[in-house]
Amino acid sequence: MLFFSFFRTLVDRNVQVTVELKNDLCITGTLQSADQFLNLKLANVSVNDPDRYPHLLSVKNCFIRGSVVRYVHLPAHEVDTESLQDSCRREAKQVGPNR
Amino acid sequence: APEEPPGAVEVIGHLFGDPPGGGRAGRAVEMAATSTGLEPLVEQQISVVTNDGRLFVGVLRGFDQSSNVVLSDCQERVFDTEKGVEQVVLGLYVIRGDNLAVVGEVDEEIDSRIDLSNIRAAPLKPVVH
Repeated sequence: MLFFSFFRTLVDRNVQVTVELKNDLCITGTLQSADQFLNLKLANVSVNDPDRYPHLLSVKNCFIRGSVVRYVHLPAHEVDTESLQDSCRREAKQVGPNR
Repeated sequence: APEEPPGAVEVIGHLFGDPPGGGRAGRAVEMAATSTGLEPLVEQQISVVTNDGRLFVGVLRGFDQSSNVVLSDCQERVFDTEKGVEQVVLGLYVIRGDNLAVVGEVDEEIDSRIDLSNIRAAPLKPVVH
């Protein structure tokens, strides 16, 4: 649930991200929502290489299935890495050493 | 073009619309569990990218938690590096959620301005996990 919460904080701040999919497609947009499966909804989308990928030219908002995401590229200044590390350590402790 | 049986869209939409819990209680549980859904896209023209790299355009009639979707007036847009986009009319389609990658809301104004016969592009790559 940690990354679900993390994405929700990004949604609240209307952060612009680039989602790289497992089919190499890169979609940039504003994070509109995220769910427990880390499915994402982006607004005002644009494809990074529209000449190579004109397939989504008429799409302005999209839903991306979590299972197909390879990376979510985030602006460095929008992420509090220390806080994220702390949260991860806390969650790891809760789950226990034998996992 | 394939003929859509009367009432099929309504039946399938109804099947996907009813949550497993049934009634208002079930619906409330579903809303608490998910914040992102395809609800606002129902009855809209959408673009679906599947895991095998195909692109489908149609009107979203229904969906469920597994991202299974029902599209009516569905057509596949086949891209080629040498010829323009081929549009294959398919009719009423159900796309299984585990094969679904992206669902995009089609801006019909922009879509009507695009000349598909002039587009030269390689087909999308399949998803590799």
